[in-house]
Amino acid sequence: MGAVPAVTDASFDQDVLKSSKPVLVDYWADWCTPCKQIAPIIEELAAEHGDKITFVKLDTNDNTAVPTQYGIMSIPTLQLFVDGQVATQIVGARSKGAILKALDAYL
Amino acid sequence: MSDVREVIIIGSGPTGYTAAVYTARANLAPLLFTGAVEAGGALMNTTEVENFPGFPEGIMGPDLMMNMRAQAERFGAELVEEDVVEVDLTGPIKVVKDANGDEYRAKAVILAMGSGYRRLGVPGEDRLSGKGVSWCATCDGFFFRNKGIAVIGGGDSAVEEATFLSRFGETVTMIVRRDALRASKIMAARAEADPKISIVWDSVVETINGDNTVSSITVRNVKTDETTELPVQGVFVAIGHDPRSALVRGQVDLDDAGYVLVKPGSQETNLPGVFAAGDLVDHTYRQAITAAGTGCAAALDAERYLASLGDVTAAEGLAAALANL
Repeated sequence: MGAVPAVTDASFDQDVLKSSKPVLVDYWADWCTPCKQIAPIIEELAAEHGDKITFVKLDTNDNTAVPTQYGIMSIPTLQLFVDGQVATQIVGARSKGAILKALDAYL
Repeated sequence: MSDVREVIIIGSGPTGYTAAVYTARANLAPLLFTGAVEAGGALMNTTEVENFPGFPEGIMGPDLMMNMRAQAERFGAELVEEDVVEVDLTGPIKVVKDANGDEYRAKAVILAMGSGYRRLGVPGEDRLSGKGVSWCATCDGFFFRNKGIAVIGGGDSAVEEATFLSRFGETVTMIVRRDALRASKIMAARAEADPKISIVWDSVVETINGDNTVSSITVRNVKTDETTELPVQGVFVAIGHDPRSALVRGQVDLDDAGYVLVKPGSQETNLPGVFAAGDLVDHTYRQAITAAGTGCAAALDAERYLASLGDVTAAEGLAAALANL
């Protein structure tokens, strides 16, 4: 299992927007069951593809500025940031295969 | 995988797990597909379950499902966390293929795929999904603090969502097709007593409006045909469920609404060795306890079928289960 570090409202600019590598942000909260269901999938992806994409998670309960700014209204949402811009977005729990397909161009 | 198992169970709600507990205790070493992301089924997205017997103080839906899973595993059920993508159920040996392309074979299959959220099928619903349109109040309610929220539907799940959402929203408006709630009396009373919840009767949603996010819904009164626009930022759809029978369509007989047909007084489908139970079959009751009950019945039917094939383990398991009655 790969480690999926947490980012916050405060660290988002440095950790995500200024990253030279694509960053996948997993927006989650502890009351969200589908978020918990995809967490192990994100860990597996981090272990297998961490060289190409940095995988991070953002707790939407503790951090509200970034989710508001990026229009998050449903979780889980996955957003892939490339050079500070949202390159692709997945809303709702998906299988590993479906997530891989969406990220295919960046792997 | 070339070895032929006794029984494969597809689905991991109360139906699938109960069938797994029974067939595992009968020493049939069931293999159960939980699904890749939805293990535990519909109850994983609920909060308090107050009507499952044995839990006088209620139990959280996810906890109930984790308990059922642990009980199935305790007796040796094997769980595969994958989606089933293809089946061939017509012959004496059933073939089940998962999303990895792995094939599994068994003499009997129990179908327990349950049901999925029904969509409204109105303009704006797909486009604004995740941008104000949601099917999961417990997941997304938080994002609508002090906003206007509409809940579509008048059943128990709609009322549960409305009362849950009233802690976040500025207003919660229920859009109900008829002139009464279909919800149970205790649930309906809860909604009617909640000062934040108002109800628009005899009405359906025509369109969901908004550029990038939901800004309003257009509602039509089915008696007067009058339409009104209701400004809301969140739309929670709770109009019921449809059976997830696409996997077996063309092999197993379905009714017009897509439910799997079983022979009266049993959980047998038209195909020998193929059994179905729970919300995939039941358009009348659709409760956790009835799903579990028919999952048990399907397991006993499968054991009887395997015994009829000369399977000694199944015969002994069935006899032991029935002796406990």
